Amino acid sequence: MKADLSPRMKTCLYGLMCVLLVPFVFPTWWMVTSSVKPISDIFAFPPQLVPQNYDWTTYTKVFELQPFVQQYWNSAYIAAVVTIGTMIVSSMAGYAFARIRFPFANTIFMIVLLGLLIPSEVTIVPLFQMFLQAGMVNTHWPLILVPIFGAPSVFSTFVMRQFFVTLPTELEEAARVDGLGRFKIFRKIALPLAKPALASVAIFTFLHSWNLFLEPIVFLSSAEKFTLPQALTQYTDAYGGPMWNIQLAAATLTALPVLIVFIIAQKQFVEGLAHTGLKG
Amino acid sequence: MVVAQDHAVPEGRSSSPFWTIARRDSLAGFLFIAPQLVGISIFVLIPLGLVFWYSLHEWNVLANTFTYTGAQNYRMLIEDTNLLEVLGATAVFSSGLVIFNLSLALLLAVLLNQKLAGISIFRTLFFSPVVVSLVAWTIVWGFLLQKNGGINGLLQVFGVEGPNWLREETTAMISVIVVQVFKNVGLNMILFLAALQGVPNELYEAARIDGAPRFKQFRRITLPLISPTILLTSIITIVGSLQVFAQIAVLTQGGPGLSTTVLVYYLYQQAFQFHFFGYGSTLSILLFVIVAVLTFAQWQMRKRIVFYES
Repeated sequence: MKADLSPRMKTCLYGLMCVLLVPFVFPTWWMVTSSVKPISDIFAFPPQLVPQNYDWTTYTKVFELQPFVQQYWNSAYIAAVVTIGTMIVSSMAGYAFARIRFPFANTIFMIVLLGLLIPSEVTIVPLFQMFLQAGMVNTHWPLILVPIFGAPSVFSTFVMRQFFVTLPTELEEAARVDGLGRFKIFRKIALPLAKPALASVAIFTFLHSWNLFLEPIVFLSSAEKFTLPQALTQYTDAYGGPMWNIQLAAATLTALPVLIVFIIAQKQFVEGLAHTGLKG
Repeated sequence: MVVAQDHAVPEGRSSSPFWTIARRDSLAGFLFIAPQLVGISIFVLIPLGLVFWYSLHEWNVLANTFTYTGAQNYRMLIEDTNLLEVLGATAVFSSGLVIFNLSLALLLAVLLNQKLAGISIFRTLFFSPVVVSLVAWTIVWGFLLQKNGGINGLLQVFGVEGPNWLREETTAMISVIVVQVFKNVGLNMILFLAALQGVPNELYEAARIDGAPRFKQFRRITLPLISPTILLTSIITIVGSLQVFAQIAVLTQGGPGLSTTVLVYYLYQQAFQFHFFGYGSTLSILLFVIVAVLTFAQWQMRKRIVFYES
């Protein structure tokens, strides 16, 4: 399909893509602009694509109505710990499955892959009971431990294994001849070569943790423990209806930083994820 | 396990008779996988056993009783008239999502695969919802889909009276599907784009020389060659669609009626809103069976449909 296109064809394609872009881009624009509209303008007709009046107090109310700074910190530190933890656990397991010969390796790999078949929703009831027994309900432990060690990390392990399998073995064999131990070979030789795979694992894991919704609402019950996705839904009036402009201001604060990082590093993001998919 | 260890490699340092290279490797292997294996045991295998065990019990949280009732929860499953509606909604949601998602992803990938200036800007923009916080994305769409919201406002400018999207059965289902597709279609789009770029250009050139029209080239060359990617993305998307929870919880709470109550949402309601942990566990088993059967069926289909695999 890589034929050169006629100018008319090009114009058509640009036009088509611009129309298709609307549902991808407009919601973000609408979120940011509506978040600074006074409540009286929020449902104004005709819709104001650019705010006519500004009400910046929506942003102060985000912080007044809930411990939003604390909630932001909760989401950020949980996502960071989960990302680093998953990178360690998955790269080690992935390396062993790709490179090291040990008894029952195939059987164990199959058991681990079971995790791909079992969405964490299936085990949410017993996990809740287990964490209840352990006194860890309404703490962040379930949101940290389950993603790092449980089913969500299996995908990362799979990605890492597929990557290590494709690496040439000569370098590692040479290091073995020099008497380097397994862990040193992994740490000093294999891992530095695996940066692209690690990057995609990191991006996937971070987004997964940042977006987690079912687990927080099952495990957490007090506002200062909440993570962002859960906190966003709490900006409601006395009747349970959403306070739209405040909710959208909080949503903007949640979405924009990741979006900005993405736009700066978009090449790495997109290629990293494509890489994962190709190998997986 | 593809890579064979070379056992002829001379031993580097230790000459202890017990710690042979093979033994040292076994130990290293087990230590490397230990965190993952212990984690899977505690957070996947034991819970899977427990969820089955719970499903054989009636569990009254308030009275704190836990009684063995055998297959009673499973009989309840069959007699539960709501469940039929829930499974229907789940089927409509998942199939609608997969069809819309894959065709849109393929269309976008084909567009992005053209030689056009500034194409990477379009790629970035189409991909951007993937990195927007899921609940933030859902909230904006919920706001847009209100009776007097942005979408109906725009429609009204053109003199069209829009429906109350999230409060009518058909439009509510369409809405949750559409919101989810636009959020994540970028992922499949990128996978398709990578697959398209892997199709050798010579094939198209040969087809052009033979005078095959573009559409025929697409059907006879492109589709067969990217069929492994189509299979992979359809598995990921179907299994993913069965896990969709936040969008339903934020947009419709399963309503109106049960029209958007998909299985995961029903499971959550039964277990964590009504505290029927026994029945909730039975629903979990059902979800597990559905995911397993679908995944297995799709791998079987690979043999028949997928034309080519590298």
